[in-house]
Amino acid sequence: MLTFIGRRVVLAIFTVWAISVLAFAIIQLPPGDYVTSYIAQMATMGSVVTDEEAQNLRIQYGLGRPIYVQYYKWVKLIAQGDFGMSMEWRRPVTEVIGERLWLTVVVSVAALILTWALALPIGVYSAVRQYSVGDYLATFVGFIGLAVPNFLLALVLLYLGFVLFNAHIGGLFSPEFNDAPWSWARVWDLLKHLPIPALILGLAGMAQQIRIMRANLLDELRKPYVVTARSKGLPEPRVITKYPVRVALNPFASTIGYTLPYIVSGSIIVSLVLGLPTVGPLLLKALIAQDMFLAGTIVLLLGVMTVIGTLVSDVLLVWIDPRIRLEET
Amino acid sequence: MAVAPEQRVFVASQWQLTWWRFRKHRVAVASAVVVAGFYLAVLGADFLAYADPNASEAQRGLMPPQRVYWFDDGKFGPYVHGVKGVRDPQTFKRVYRTDPSQKIPLRFFAQGFEYRFLGMIPTTRHLIGVGGSLDATKTIFLLGTDVQGRDLWSRLMYGTRISLTIGLLGVTMSLVLGVVLGGLSGFYGGIVDTLIQRTIEILRSIPTIPLWMGLAAALPREWSILQVYFAITIIISMLGWTELARVVRGRFLAMREEDFVVSARLVGCSQMRTIFVHMVPSFTSHIIAATTLALPAMIISETALSFLGLGLRPPAISWGVLLQQAQNVQTVAISPWLMLPAVPVIIAVMAFNFLGDGLRDAADPYGR
Repeated sequence: MLTFIGRRVVLAIFTVWAISVLAFAIIQLPPGDYVTSYIAQMATMGSVVTDEEAQNLRIQYGLGRPIYVQYYKWVKLIAQGDFGMSMEWRRPVTEVIGERLWLTVVVSVAALILTWALALPIGVYSAVRQYSVGDYLATFVGFIGLAVPNFLLALVLLYLGFVLFNAHIGGLFSPEFNDAPWSWARVWDLLKHLPIPALILGLAGMAQQIRIMRANLLDELRKPYVVTARSKGLPEPRVITKYPVRVALNPFASTIGYTLPYIVSGSIIVSLVLGLPTVGPLLLKALIAQDMFLAGTIVLLLGVMTVIGTLVSDVLLVWIDPRIRLEET
Repeated sequence: MAVAPEQRVFVASQWQLTWWRFRKHRVAVASAVVVAGFYLAVLGADFLAYADPNASEAQRGLMPPQRVYWFDDGKFGPYVHGVKGVRDPQTFKRVYRTDPSQKIPLRFFAQGFEYRFLGMIPTTRHLIGVGGSLDATKTIFLLGTDVQGRDLWSRLMYGTRISLTIGLLGVTMSLVLGVVLGGLSGFYGGIVDTLIQRTIEILRSIPTIPLWMGLAAALPREWSILQVYFAITIIISMLGWTELARVVRGRFLAMREEDFVVSARLVGCSQMRTIFVHMVPSFTSHIIAATTLALPAMIISETALSFLGLGLRPPAISWGVLLQQAQNVQTVAISPWLMLPAVPVIIAVMAFNFLGDGLRDAADPYGR
């Protein structure tokens, strides 16, 4: 078990490294270096950057040195919590991102929980009542979830909400809570707004999970031990939940690692359509304005968050699946 | 020697078996027809369009779709009513009133703007068009117009061309990457396999959209449509190869120990010959199925990137570019037809999914 977790941790470290290289590449991609564009930006604002200040910045970021030195200096600054300045907002990147990152996490986790909470019972129902109306309905909704890109789904729901109920279903807060400090009322307001974005984000993953759960459980239900349990007079709900569901749960759980990156990816575009105060709209704006430190930092943080989430889910998987837990090698 | 019908199955080739099995899957066959229809539209986009997709006219912005009347006095003769744009004196908004007294007949194979059919034959014929002279006031808008007064139907046809070819090109590139890397991984095993598998795992655990957004945003602004087109294709194909590589690797692993491969090696076939003459043909059908299943993701990625304004940029036309106009709810609430480009996206994605499912089942004609 320790070997398994150890292997996962090593892989996670490599993944974080790969993400940091990619984020650094994104920062480096636009022509010109950071200090030159910073000086130009300040000049348009009417303030002058002295030669000395510029020189200090150049040394700090290792400009003019080989690219791996620049990368090393950048990582070192990040380790100290300095993510650089946002050109567009003229404030440190961490300040600009602020609570948006946590709201992204909240939305993604909510989508993940909803995916599971709905996929499990629906999948079990579809398998137990195979070819019933409910099963067909679940299959149909599943296909819609797979075929409709989630940002289009968001668009359609937004439109329907607007036309039918004259209500704006986007956003995460009611207007009066938008900039309010955190309080229980604000948390409650957030919870009320959460289901729709979470459902939109989770639908595609849910469709997949339902299919997996249904197929796994159908395989299990045909096995002799289920017949034995039934013939011994075990009540039907117990027959199903005691062993077949538990066995079917394992392959189901192992897909969670791929569901989270998918949800985080999707949340970027869906946030834009629904106007959620997550990092999604910020990332797009930063990219369009070529505010590369902000964009690179968002990519980096999103990636790291996802890796941590996946790692946690892997540990949970070990906890669920005794075959891995008891593995000695 | 004649073979009894029930014994045909013993002498049929693998492709025949695959085809028989595929034929049984009704939905997949229907999807194949839909997909074929889409690619016919790609070839004949300019024939199906009836207006220049870039011809804009401020005077007819955001015009709703016109209703087509199929019968004129009990006889078949499709026509539309004329439409007049006036300003609402109170809100100063442009409103359109149909004028029932004016009938604009529709003609099939009518004259329109000039183009080269299939890129070769210069012609002015279009599937439909307005009969009679090319009068600017007598036009049809089957699906309405966008903000700049461009005909949505014609733009949709051109968008189909770009969106579906970008998917096809992207999937071809992922296929090359997937087959080469997956093949290396499966054939050699050992350290190469471990390296490639870990790379795939790392790539799959990174949220891709923010990354591709970053890469796409870094494309220089002054690049031509063609350059951006290829750059976007490369970016989205980097997303699709991992799954294909996984399928290819799995097949290689399963086949490496098969008798016919071992014998091929023992009679002294070169490695190249073993791979391409003996192994690849036996899993081509699997690759085709996996490729079909990878296409929807490509189409969705392109649509999403362009929708955000980071993919193809106007004047290029793709489904995503068309949907960009539907970003704002207020606009969509007033002009819901701007959301119509979502319909072909959904149909295409579904059709490719069903087709891929059917092909995957058929790819293994001996299974179950």
